[in-house]
Amino acid sequence: MSGKTLEIHTSPHIASGASVDHIMRHVVVALLPVCVFAVYVFGLTALVTLAAATLSCLITEYLLNAVSGKPATIGDWSVAVTGIIYGLTLPPGLPVWMVVIGGVFGVAVGKFLFGGLGYNAFNPALVGRAFLQAAFPVAMTTWYEPLGADRFTSLPSSTLTFPFATPVYDVVSGATPLAAMKFDGETTATMELVAGITSGSTGETSALLILIGGAYLVARKMMNWRIPASIFAAVFAFSGVLYLIDPATYPDPVFMLFAGSLVLGAVFMATDMVASPMTGLGCVIYGVLIGALVVVIRLWGGLPEGVMYAILIANAVSPHIDSLIRPRVYGTGGAK
Amino acid sequence: MSLARHRYPTFSHGVHPPTFKADTAALPIRQFPFAPVLVIPLSQHIGNPSVPVVREGQEVVRGQLLARADGFVSVAQHASASGVVSRIGLVPSIAGRMVRGIYLKTWPGSSQEVAEGEALRLENASPEDIVTAIQNAGIVGLGGAAFPTHVKLKPPDGKTIDTLMLNGVECEPYLTTDHRVMLEQASDVYLGIRYLLKATGAKRAIVGVESNKLDAANRLRAAAPPDLPVSVEVVEVKYPQGAEKMLITALTGREVPSGALPAELGIVVVNVATAAEIGRLLPHGRGIQERVVTITGPAIRRKGNYRIPIGTPLRFALEQAGVGGEVSRVFLGGPMMGQALSSLDIPITKGTSGFVAFTSRETGVERREYPCIRCGYCVDACPIHLNPAELGLLAKNQDYERMAAELHLMDCFECGSCSYVCPAHIPLVQRFRTAKAAVRKAERAS
Repeated sequence: MSGKTLEIHTSPHIASGASVDHIMRHVVVALLPVCVFAVYVFGLTALVTLAAATLSCLITEYLLNAVSGKPATIGDWSVAVTGIIYGLTLPPGLPVWMVVIGGVFGVAVGKFLFGGLGYNAFNPALVGRAFLQAAFPVAMTTWYEPLGADRFTSLPSSTLTFPFATPVYDVVSGATPLAAMKFDGETTATMELVAGITSGSTGETSALLILIGGAYLVARKMMNWRIPASIFAAVFAFSGVLYLIDPATYPDPVFMLFAGSLVLGAVFMATDMVASPMTGLGCVIYGVLIGALVVVIRLWGGLPEGVMYAILIANAVSPHIDSLIRPRVYGTGGAK
Repeated sequence: MSLARHRYPTFSHGVHPPTFKADTAALPIRQFPFAPVLVIPLSQHIGNPSVPVVREGQEVVRGQLLARADGFVSVAQHASASGVVSRIGLVPSIAGRMVRGIYLKTWPGSSQEVAEGEALRLENASPEDIVTAIQNAGIVGLGGAAFPTHVKLKPPDGKTIDTLMLNGVECEPYLTTDHRVMLEQASDVYLGIRYLLKATGAKRAIVGVESNKLDAANRLRAAAPPDLPVSVEVVEVKYPQGAEKMLITALTGREVPSGALPAELGIVVVNVATAAEIGRLLPHGRGIQERVVTITGPAIRRKGNYRIPIGTPLRFALEQAGVGGEVSRVFLGGPMMGQALSSLDIPITKGTSGFVAFTSRETGVERREYPCIRCGYCVDACPIHLNPAELGLLAKNQDYERMAAELHLMDCFECGSCSYVCPAHIPLVQRFRTAKAAVRKAERAS
């Protein structure tokens, strides 16, 4: 060993082994069952949507870094997570060219312009989806029936619509459970919602698989459980109070929990580490805010679903929650 | 129910690094050989360097006074071996620069009997006598801080001490010295506690031991003298449980006010090994001339807990312990707060609790730095409840003033938990050290 140089490195000399790419890979793993189930329910079109969403996000980030001379960042897997989540928020059968446009927009505007990973104030997947919602409101609210007989053998014609042509839909489904509730006053059986055999976005189908994926991440401390828990609690409490006041007008709180993209949004989108608060109390406030906004938008807003906007608004508030909610420092004010 | 989980008291937050203690925890303390030349720095403690009382060329016996304390915040130094003072000059130090020190050439043929001094009998000693004797014995905090112990024992004006806390937590991974001392020197610990109780006027003593050392806690409980107001409390295994403030919070539920000393709460905390050394030395009027060091790490062949003469050069220690594989990094103390070394000419000093050697297998892993993803891991780790992520961003912009004024930077005691957990591999605590130094410098300048 004589003559060899010793490394000088300041402490700590050991590390927990946690790593950003490691966390992101686990999120991808947690999302896979949801993706597989989405393909089972909606068939080839879901596969095409998820693949197009993920690839468009990956390629956009790769090209933006290459063009701007920045180091490649797709290796941190964060853009893969964005791509998959983005894909899961889209209606199956959405024309591929629209999927690609939203993916490019989400990553370019929602992430890259803000400065990349760590600086994106909003969840990039939802930025992409919000863009599509604004640009193509009809396509974004046209749904397919789940478990179609030929879903594994043929693609719906809308999927392969030429860019800028109006998509043609062959078997358009009935309304989503939330739209049915809002516009027709019909409710859907809760068990159907939990199992996920309803029409809706690609990934908002099986609450059970989403919760299992979330539990997997919570167990690995890669997800702050307070966020989904307080969203669920807030939605249940607010809609429960309304239901007690007037059960004829307002849906029951269990329906509110399992309908639409609430479970998917609460577990996989609101928990985006970058765009959510850092402290435990901050996460609870953030979650309650999302839950309250979801109830308000769903019941009184013009749209049947409000999870996306609720999360985006809360994303914007998140840094302010962090600067307002400062844990009491050890040995300062109020110490025993 | 047999599966009922014991909940031991602790503080909130903190981290759970692997302990790596299994290699040495069961190995009894063994005497280390004497190096041909010992290097004894005159400032192995916080405070003024000691003043030499020997000449170059003078023969000394083991335990003889080499240098006296200079003022109150200073301690004496003793000869760690019988031999000749070959030179008084500059010696290499852990900080990288040369400091004043004494080179002591040991006599190979000497029996190395320790010189007896003036014994201090507990029954006749006044508190002041004990404080002076501890200073003259050269005793400093052996947990690693190396703060002169006798200074702690004098409460600030207007404060009284009611509780003496003995720190046997040893939360740093790899280290097992306090563990062995508690197992093997329980009677020394209790005699030391008697001296310390008398010196401080404290009514009771509490020994805090982490629950991964239940054998030590049980040994201490079994050996507790019935007349001594002492209790042995087990605390949860968590880093940095051994930090003074964290131990106080675990055992009393109280918090040491920001910027204050434990004396504010009527508490003095002393490391168990320090207490054992007091119990071992004072009855014989001897000075500290050796200490227990855990030599361990993947690169070490004969890992163990060794009683090593103060001043033993690390190169000699490493040769004796045997090196297996390529040593790529060595550090003194534990891996969480220990300081890496650039040279092996540095000696073991009073503050050296461990000597750990890593091979390139441990250090070669490339750790890419990512941007902060605001995961909040550091927020949940910080035992002082700071927001290291936010501090880290400010540190990057060198906004040190704001870090100190708004985000309590100066309360950070550099435990390194934030850097340990950070998945983005941001050198948080490293930046905070720089920031704290800059703030202190600015304060001195103004």
